[in-house]
Amino acid sequence: MNVKKTGIPRGFDTTLIWLYILLLVIGWIAIFSVEYRPNENVMKAILGLKKNYSKQLLFAGFCAFVGIFILLTDSKFFTATSNIMYLIGILLMLFTFVIGKNISGSRSWISLGHNFNLQPAELCKIFTALALAKYLSRSETDFTKTRFQFIAFAITLAPAFISILQNETGLALVYFAFFIAMYREGLPSWYLVLGFSLIILVISTLLVEKNMLAIILSAIAIVIIYLLRTRYKRYRSLTITVIGIWAVAVAIQRFAVPYVFDSVMKPYQVKRIYTAIGKDFIPKNAIELKELQEKEKGKQKDKGDYNVKQSKIAIGSGGFMGKGFLKGLQTQGDFVPAQHTDFIFTAWAESFGFWGSTLLIGLYFLLLMRIVKIAERQRSTFSRVYAYSVASIIFFHVMINICMTVGLAPVIGIPLPLLSYGGSSLLTFTTLIFILLRLDADRQMVLR
Amino acid sequence: MVNEKTLINFELTKTPTPLPMSVFNQSRKNVIRLIFSIAFIIILIRLVHLQIFSGKYRQLAQENAILRKIIHPSRGIIFDRKGKAILDNTTMYDLMVTPSLVKGADTFSLCRILGIDTIEFKERIITAIIKNTRNRPSVFSPLLPPDKYAKISENLYKFQPGFFLQERQVRLYPYAAAANILGYLGEVDSAFLKSHAEDGYQLGDYTGMTGLERTYEKVLMGERGVQYILKDNLNRPKGPYENGAFDTAAIAGKHLYSAIDISLQELGEKLMANKVGAIVAIDPKTGGILAMVSAPTYNPNLLTGSERRNHFNELYRDPALPLLNRAVNAYYSPGSTFKTLVGLIGLHEGVISPGTTVTCSGGYYGCGRKMGCHAVGTFSLREAISHSCNAYFATVFRRTIDNNQFPTIDSAMNNWAKYMNSFGMGRRLGVDIPYEKRGLIPTANYYNDPKIFGKNGWNSCTIVSLAIGQGEVNATLIQLANAIAIIANKGFYYTPHIIDSIQGGDAFGLLDPYRQKQYAVKIPDEVYEVVHDGMQQVMESGTAAASKVPGIIVCGKTGTVENSYKGVKQKDHAFFAAFAPRENPKIAIAVMCENAGFGASSAAPIASLMIEQYLKDSIEGPERKALKERVENLNLIPPRIYKEMINQDSLGIDSELEVKENKETQNNKNRSKPSQKTKPEVLLPNNKKKTELIKDSTNN
Repeated sequence: MNVKKTGIPRGFDTTLIWLYILLLVIGWIAIFSVEYRPNENVMKAILGLKKNYSKQLLFAGFCAFVGIFILLTDSKFFTATSNIMYLIGILLMLFTFVIGKNISGSRSWISLGHNFNLQPAELCKIFTALALAKYLSRSETDFTKTRFQFIAFAITLAPAFISILQNETGLALVYFAFFIAMYREGLPSWYLVLGFSLIILVISTLLVEKNMLAIILSAIAIVIIYLLRTRYKRYRSLTITVIGIWAVAVAIQRFAVPYVFDSVMKPYQVKRIYTAIGKDFIPKNAIELKELQEKEKGKQKDKGDYNVKQSKIAIGSGGFMGKGFLKGLQTQGDFVPAQHTDFIFTAWAESFGFWGSTLLIGLYFLLLMRIVKIAERQRSTFSRVYAYSVASIIFFHVMINICMTVGLAPVIGIPLPLLSYGGSSLLTFTTLIFILLRLDADRQMVLR
Repeated sequence: MVNEKTLINFELTKTPTPLPMSVFNQSRKNVIRLIFSIAFIIILIRLVHLQIFSGKYRQLAQENAILRKIIHPSRGIIFDRKGKAILDNTTMYDLMVTPSLVKGADTFSLCRILGIDTIEFKERIITAIIKNTRNRPSVFSPLLPPDKYAKISENLYKFQPGFFLQERQVRLYPYAAAANILGYLGEVDSAFLKSHAEDGYQLGDYTGMTGLERTYEKVLMGERGVQYILKDNLNRPKGPYENGAFDTAAIAGKHLYSAIDISLQELGEKLMANKVGAIVAIDPKTGGILAMVSAPTYNPNLLTGSERRNHFNELYRDPALPLLNRAVNAYYSPGSTFKTLVGLIGLHEGVISPGTTVTCSGGYYGCGRKMGCHAVGTFSLREAISHSCNAYFATVFRRTIDNNQFPTIDSAMNNWAKYMNSFGMGRRLGVDIPYEKRGLIPTANYYNDPKIFGKNGWNSCTIVSLAIGQGEVNATLIQLANAIAIIANKGFYYTPHIIDSIQGGDAFGLLDPYRQKQYAVKIPDEVYEVVHDGMQQVMESGTAAASKVPGIIVCGKTGTVENSYKGVKQKDHAFFAAFAPRENPKIAIAVMCENAGFGASSAAPIASLMIEQYLKDSIEGPERKALKERVENLNLIPPRIYKEMINQDSLGIDSELEVKENKETQNNKNRSKPSQKTKPEVLLPNNKKKTELIKDSTNN
């Protein structure tokens, strides 16, 4: 099984490698189409490293080097050093508070000179995945016990917490992806159910009028109690539980959500969430308005609703067949802000239309399914947890990013894996995937 | 999920030693796959919606990225009968600004050149930003006068790249003459846009407001071109869309060839200097208008440059009404010049013959009340014309109205009015100048109105002043000139018009009405000869003997019209109508000088000089030159106009005009305020009111 027909030695998963390369190529084409203008000397631009697409080529080359390096490394190296790397990652993140470089409002970058910057929070995803895999694969870890569950939560959420402090909410959100991996390892379902319910409750709080929602919630509670009336005799506590859940839901809807939106979140964040659910955000007072204006003044292209509107126009104007390569008017006219990074999907979707977008999404879907398949064939828990972590991280990125561009999610600045311009992001996903390839090659071993 | 949970519980309770977790949770891989699949399906559905079913995004994308720019063609040129351009185009320059690039420009020296202060400068920049955003150029100072243009283009390097000069085509009147005929352009307003929705006008476009500019707008404007230009997110133009595959080129306006003789027109305007009145000269053979002067006139070039608004307001407020075309848009009692028509209708109806004589003893007493007369004696038609005998025409008129061939006086009156209409009186001729007045030939219905006389309240005596062109009858000067042309032609005419032909053909059929030969009442040529005889005598021994044209037989008729203004009797209007030469007439002319007294003293010499100029191409001989000079220097402006001027100056600004001025300002600045009235400001003098102002009301 570990001897591949293609002749690549040591049983690496060629399907995954091909998917990786395909996505990388698509990404480069998209970045090129964003930046290329008629009558441009492409060769000169590539050699001059002035353009983003030429830099991205350099990053890809560097990533190939790193990938090969990883493939040549012993699998045991990752299990052995995962805790130390996690610590180093956390320290690097903390380090940014001291020597961090401010890029568009977030102090999460470390300058490497020559216009190259590193974002430790990106790399920390790898270390967290390894650390979580290491922790869950320990023989003494009993994941059915709440204590171990909470330690696992702490491992995954610590970098998220630091990211929030660095004003990188988007990156922090990604760390919640690890819950999928943990679910696979036995995290009780109700954690996920709870999470989903909470999200639904918050969204409906924003969409439905306050008293109306309270009435709906009460009605649901009454119906449930009515349906369970026969069981009532057997489970006395059931009614109390239902009433308790009802009380918490109403409290969240009436007090917690308004409090968080009014006092905890920044006006621009609230505005982005409102934009995603199709609601107008009206600043409640002068202070909020001023804050909002300042935010939008500093990053003129960062107006949530403007971004989403332009992004939707670009995607929608592609139609079924697309405008053709380098013929996208929206792309050529710079209408979509941050198009080479977070909104790279729009460039592809405008040029190649519905069939192109479907192809791209299909490739991501195949990638994820492949990783899940790889995960399930691992003998060691470490490799499996790690593989699921990789799948979850990629899934989260793809979901949030594309949903953001098509107007289904708030504008959260996270890149599209392997497509978006940016060295840190590319390096992170390359490392994630190549470590997985390395571990998979040794899937017969039991790694701990 | 519940099943799994119970499964876990079951497994856990069953085996005390924990096995690897994966064994228990293997089925969860399917849950995870399901979650992944659902998420991707949601995205896919969204993409189907966005990319396949929502056409609106494609449209929005077009609006985003493509700018539709209208290319204005140059307007058609108007030539006179000798091929001289009398309305041309010239290039002027707008100073444009791109607000985002202004930084670093030497604003101080720019302000000094333009004569504005920094506050004004900032205001204009802000206006530009509001109008066209900071990245797109807007007009900073329109239509620079030559001196400012020279200074700015010399120093342009100091203001670049924020400021640049842009060419613009502007109308030019090379002879600065014929202002009222040619008309002027004005910016379209919302009402105009509404009524011309199909013609592709846009806010900020110009259209002909008066004169030929208005009548022939369709031909002169040409066809607008459209250019599709790619733009980027900051609205900066980036180049043609699809290399101009969808662009349409602008087609220049067609030239117009007019019947105007510009040297005759110029002479007419010179002769009418310091007078209030009008001249119309027609080529009787074609109906082409050779000259049409309305005095006082103005330099039409005043209404083209950047100072248009100020000049316009000044002209608008002038009590002498220079913007009014007195030849077409005002009407007067025609006076004695009307008598020939009364005579001709009498002949046609058979109530008189050329030999019929009437004796006048210094007045007409037929109606019990004396009607004053200029001459004493016994006159036939010929003498009656040459001596302008009131008694003769009163007799003829009464015979026509009391003609017992007609059952009632009403039918006789209406019959008379019908003949007058056939001479072009009392109806719009259909000249190619907008807002032509119809004048008035009263009918039986008119007098039967209880407010006038009422049924049976009138007879030929009550309305006898019509016979001498006074009373209710009103005519425009062009109607009078046309009537003279009919007499010259012995019964036919072509509707008077200025434009003879259009470059490339008359696509809209605008000139069709001017190609049809029309006939007045059928009267034998011999009768016309008698009338011509009478008119010739006017010039040789009659009322206008002093205005003979050497070497040319002119037939003319003077008129002196009583009138009053606001109930106060004013000095008479002087009229003169003539044609020449008698055989094969080439020019028919009508001249009117308001409040100038006898027709023979001012109007007749003007007509005589005009005829000479047209037929001989110059004024020859010292005597004639002296006459020309004398007429030019003759000041006949009625004292009341001077009085009004003084009043106006001391009163300051008329409040109504102030409002209009503001309106103009707003239109020009392209800002529409909700309170703004939408009535178009087409012909600026409020016709009715203005004509009433100078209309002569006479009821002896």
